[in-house]
Amino acid sequence: MKTITTTAIKITCDHCGDTCSSTPVTLGDKAFCCEGCRTVYQLLDRGGLCDYYRLNDKPGVPRTAPGHKDKFAFLADEKIAGRFIIFQDDRETHARFYLPQIHCSSCLFLLENLHRLHAGVITSRVDFAAKEVTIVFNHHAITMRQLAELLSSTGYEPYISLRDLGQAQPPTPRGNVYRLGIAGFCFANIMLMSFPEYLGLEGSEPYLRSWFRMLNLALALPVFFYSAQPFYRSAWKGLRSKFLNIDAPIALAIIVTFIRSIYEVLSGTGAGYFDSMTGIVFFMLAGRMLQDRTQRRLSFERDYTSYFPIAVSMLQEGKEIPRALPEIRCGDTLVIHHGELIPADGIITRGQALIDYSFVTGESLPVPKELGELVYAGGRQTGPALEMLVVKEVAQSYLTQLWNRHEEKKEEHSSIHLLSRWFTYIVLVIAACAAVYWWIFDPARIAAAVTAVLIVACPCALLLSSTFTNGNILRILGNNGLYLRNARVIENIAATTHIVFDKTGTLTMPGDDAVTYEGSPLTPAQQEAIAILAAQSTHPLSKALTRHLDKAEHIAIAGFRESPGKGVEGWIEGQKLTIGSRLFVTGLPSAGAETRVYVAWNSRLMGYFRFSNHYRDGIPGLVQTLGRCFRLSLLSGDNDRERGRLQAFMGRNACIFFNRTPAKKAAYICQLQQQGEKVMMIGDGLNDAGALRQSDTGIALAEDHHSFTPASHAILEASRLQRLPQFIRFCRMAGRIILASFILSIFYNVIGLSFAVRGHLSPLIAAILMPCSSLSILILTYSSVNWAAKYLGFNLSPPAEKDHTSR
Amino acid sequence: MSAILLLLIVSLSVAALFLGAFIWGVKHHQFDDGYSPPRRILFDDQPVEDLPDHPGNELKVPSLKINQN
Repeated sequence: MKTITTTAIKITCDHCGDTCSSTPVTLGDKAFCCEGCRTVYQLLDRGGLCDYYRLNDKPGVPRTAPGHKDKFAFLADEKIAGRFIIFQDDRETHARFYLPQIHCSSCLFLLENLHRLHAGVITSRVDFAAKEVTIVFNHHAITMRQLAELLSSTGYEPYISLRDLGQAQPPTPRGNVYRLGIAGFCFANIMLMSFPEYLGLEGSEPYLRSWFRMLNLALALPVFFYSAQPFYRSAWKGLRSKFLNIDAPIALAIIVTFIRSIYEVLSGTGAGYFDSMTGIVFFMLAGRMLQDRTQRRLSFERDYTSYFPIAVSMLQEGKEIPRALPEIRCGDTLVIHHGELIPADGIITRGQALIDYSFVTGESLPVPKELGELVYAGGRQTGPALEMLVVKEVAQSYLTQLWNRHEEKKEEHSSIHLLSRWFTYIVLVIAACAAVYWWIFDPARIAAAVTAVLIVACPCALLLSSTFTNGNILRILGNNGLYLRNARVIENIAATTHIVFDKTGTLTMPGDDAVTYEGSPLTPAQQEAIAILAAQSTHPLSKALTRHLDKAEHIAIAGFRESPGKGVEGWIEGQKLTIGSRLFVTGLPSAGAETRVYVAWNSRLMGYFRFSNHYRDGIPGLVQTLGRCFRLSLLSGDNDRERGRLQAFMGRNACIFFNRTPAKKAAYICQLQQQGEKVMMIGDGLNDAGALRQSDTGIALAEDHHSFTPASHAILEASRLQRLPQFIRFCRMAGRIILASFILSIFYNVIGLSFAVRGHLSPLIAAILMPCSSLSILILTYSSVNWAAKYLGFNLSPPAEKDHTSR
Repeated sequence: MSAILLLLIVSLSVAALFLGAFIWGVKHHQFDDGYSPPRRILFDDQPVEDLPDHPGNELKVPSLKINQN
């Protein structure tokens, strides 16, 4: 038994930083991992743009297999191209593309110097936050299709999906920013003008006092009518469904304060509480904006339209023309090239089909299909070009039906809402008691006391604590690779009792297998021959074999023959080499569930390579740590060849199921939920989309969080999977921090209420109490969250990037 | 004492101008991207010797500007 090991000094690509094979592609004294990286380097070098490499270390974007040359042919279509044009006259066109690969200042540099690479580009501007580039170009000198190809050639391929053909995205609503600005402006000025009143302008200058009060009233108007609208709308929506949500007490406090203050100022009986009112609105809006800001970076609303390409090649009278996806009809013949997605259910009419359905079913090996067989949408063709006849339209395909199956879960009420509801009832009860008390003793003071109670009992401290805490937590989690959809997910994560894992791509590294050899020893020359033969095929096992053997000498092959899905054979220097499945190489049927690639030299069996899943680093440790606190399950669409290994490190209590279809996965989670468990599911592919949506927390694992991930509650960067226990602990701590700040705010409320029930609430007290409580709670929650993050080992700020080394 | 009132009105007006400038800025996308502007100003321009219209550079640059508007 001999195992082949390869030791190599790690050379990293000068463009993208990936490790190169033992014989890297070179140019002068620079080494690259692939031809693609070298091409980009040459392009930049000739254009005089090598500052790209000076600004950041290895800023290149690692390139996946370059698409075929007609990838952007659909941009020649006016209707489709129009989606990206924001302005056009007869001399120039302004187009905007989304480039998810933008990540550093080198990207900024390159994209804003596009005009150096092609004279047709006049100027370009990057919006880094939105990852978009707006290019002004002369459409007579360069077409939009050529522009997209130029961008691709630099490594920044525009991401164009079917979604872009649909409704134009509405511009980001700016209303809240204006509201915040106006609220801040008015709040600050009202506070300034209230100071004389507090500090002794009692009766000496009556007309000055009334002037100040009238100005305060005037400044409070825009805040009351414009800035506070979100609270009214939200409270009204809640009231209509007969539910007091957290904005109801806020809206109540604002309205009561305003009415009482207007009454006081207009009748000359007091100064009013405008500063408190505008303060509430300002702080609440700020809290909301903080929460919203953290969610803008990633989109969680993805359905199948984001996954599908925008156009496919259709065969019309023998010629291939690009056709937009929504226009594909039953009976059309499509041409699917290598690496392309099959967009609709259909029947194969020509070509050898070897379809990778890993996204849909989780099966990691491609499936060979014969002529006349039905293929489902969602698979990727891994052989040469294929022709197929469409049987069902894109929107009706099996896959989209699967994804669109909506389980409308009822709106769950978070614990914050419950607490605020109790708070509101208690405050109303206290107000009622105060009213009764004063009605007995001194009826004149009823209005004063009741309104004072409603003003002071500031739920803003409660809300502030939760919004600021959650906003901070979302931000810190985002900086550490876990992106949550909204604050509700934090609670769901904290409440988890059962964790379900998907196998392929989640626990295992996609496309990376551990390879061991069993059989008669192979000489280095034979290994080289095997590597070269395997390199000729696009089958994933062949590619893994080539990577594993890692030889690069180029030797001629004669008589190469491939049977898709079965094996390859060829003659190298007069010797016949056959590699493939057992049936292909030896004629005997495959035995056992292991994945093996047999090798025969001159028709004599030498041995086989065993492929087993390569698990991510740290998985055994992760699973054991989690197993101590949670119940674990594993669902896989693959066959059960790995059962032994998995059971070993997942523990005896874990439930492991294989051959699960997407529907069965969702059903399993349903079953767990009926048993009362709160389920967290971690998956990576679209075959999990139903299960992810069904679970209480669905986490989609992404190698690169810009590439497509299904609709889920959270997105986790694959490299951070091992931190899952810390993420869960962090979310639990969040709950405790919010509770602590609730208690603090109740303390403030008690103090305020003791003044209010006596009817003696002077504006000064109110004005001091409110910012005091807000600020102290803010400081408490902010520092607690940061301390908790540091304690668990998280980064507080985004991962640092090197920038601008001075010459 | 009317001086105080006058000052008040004036200062409020000036402050309102700034509020207007803020709203204008947000509306015209000035605050959308906080990342690029500080870095953009530090990029270097192409050295004069490398520009396509500098004598002797016709062969160096991939394609020439055809129309100089």
